[in-house]
Amino acid sequence: MSYLGITALNLKWALKGPATRGYPLAPRRVIADSRGALAFAKANCIYCSVCRKKCPTGAIGVNRNQKKWAIDRLRCISCGYCVEVCPKDCLSLTTYMSPPTVTKDREVF
Amino acid sequence: MARTIIPFGPQHPVLPEPIHLDLAIEDEKVVDVLPSVGFIHRGLERLVERKDFQEFVYVAERICGICSFIHGQTYCQGIEELMQVEVPARAQYLRTIWGELSRLHSHLLWLGLLADSFGFESLFMHSWRVRERILDQIEATTGGRVIFGSCKIGGVRRDISPEALAVMRKELDVIERDMREIVDVFLGDSSVKRRLQGVGVLSRDDAYILGCVGPTARASGVAQDMRSLGYAAFRDIKVEPIVRTEGDSYARCVVRCAELFQSVDIIRQAIDRIPPGAIETKVTGFPDGEILVRTEQPRGEVAYYLRANGSRNLQRFRVRTPTFANLPALVRMLPGANLADVPVLVLTIDPCISCTER
Repeated sequence: MSYLGITALNLKWALKGPATRGYPLAPRRVIADSRGALAFAKANCIYCSVCRKKCPTGAIGVNRNQKKWAIDRLRCISCGYCVEVCPKDCLSLTTYMSPPTVTKDREVF
Repeated sequence: MARTIIPFGPQHPVLPEPIHLDLAIEDEKVVDVLPSVGFIHRGLERLVERKDFQEFVYVAERICGICSFIHGQTYCQGIEELMQVEVPARAQYLRTIWGELSRLHSHLLWLGLLADSFGFESLFMHSWRVRERILDQIEATTGGRVIFGSCKIGGVRRDISPEALAVMRKELDVIERDMREIVDVFLGDSSVKRRLQGVGVLSRDDAYILGCVGPTARASGVAQDMRSLGYAAFRDIKVEPIVRTEGDSYARCVVRCAELFQSVDIIRQAIDRIPPGAIETKVTGFPDGEILVRTEQPRGEVAYYLRANGSRNLQRFRVRTPTFANLPALVRMLPGANLADVPVLVLTIDPCISCTER
């Protein structure tokens, strides 16, 4: 019967220092292939609407006549399906999250 | 002795997810229990009639936050079998690696919650500290920490480079060393043993008759592991079910602790044997027919029933999740237990209520 195992483990980690990061003083470690907010390059877009049709949450809106592309950041789940199907490679996933917001606005490009 | 009904849940500090139990108590002993579920039903099965069958992988993954990848994988396996799509061997191995990583993080999460349920806070923190390293590996290879999003019909979305596999192999050594430290405490500490040994005994016959699955069944002596069906890379990597015969809470803890090291071993074997080549097969057309697929989730066997009629939407989608199969066992275990042991017993079946209610 032993009670010492956890004592030894706790002592080891007490001497090692915290396993967590001193946020916000220590910056977040960015993992290279992480799926974050969706980025849109307007220059290449042909407004074909494939991304809008494929988006599983209906977060993307495309208006071919007005040449407008819009995204509802709160609906986007960063799945990357639109990036996969875009014929002109104008969509990409960044490694950072979209900033917090208090309104449900659509971001229009 | 007067009988009292104590409501337990749906909001209770020990419960990660809402389930309600009406506990009939005499003195400090539970004499009867009536469970009720249905607090977080989301109607995901019905959604299959509106979502394109390829898009539905995203929904299937969101049935549960812990075994998300294996849900997606099971759905994809079903559709692939219906459409007779041959999945490349590399994709099968990648699915196995990610599936076992999710089993690792699920079991560590469970160990932490178990420690928390009997008030062992430091052990809870240590379990989740180790789990973070696994989540980092998952994020580095799939891009997500909880929802992997890497499984698709016909294969996988992302490949893991040989360099990343080498990093994962090295990281597994550190994770295994850290896991050994906390598992030694779980299996050797006197206070843990006193709370778990002889508590909530489920006999082999009960486990079999009540249709238990996964670690709950294996801890009662039922040698049942769906990985031995040989799906994904398990046709090459053989898995022996880890079985204990005591059937108590401690046995369920021992089984899950041993499965941690089994999963590490499987990932190592998969990294060593992973073949080069394509990671997906192009899928054209629509599924037709019906199928039942079974895979092993961290909590046990999950069964998917899919029915399609050759259109872009499936007709019927039904999931029998492991927690649903283990709930009758919980009802059998609780009578006779002390009131203070109820949180531990509820935790030992590793309840995932969002899976159960879908």
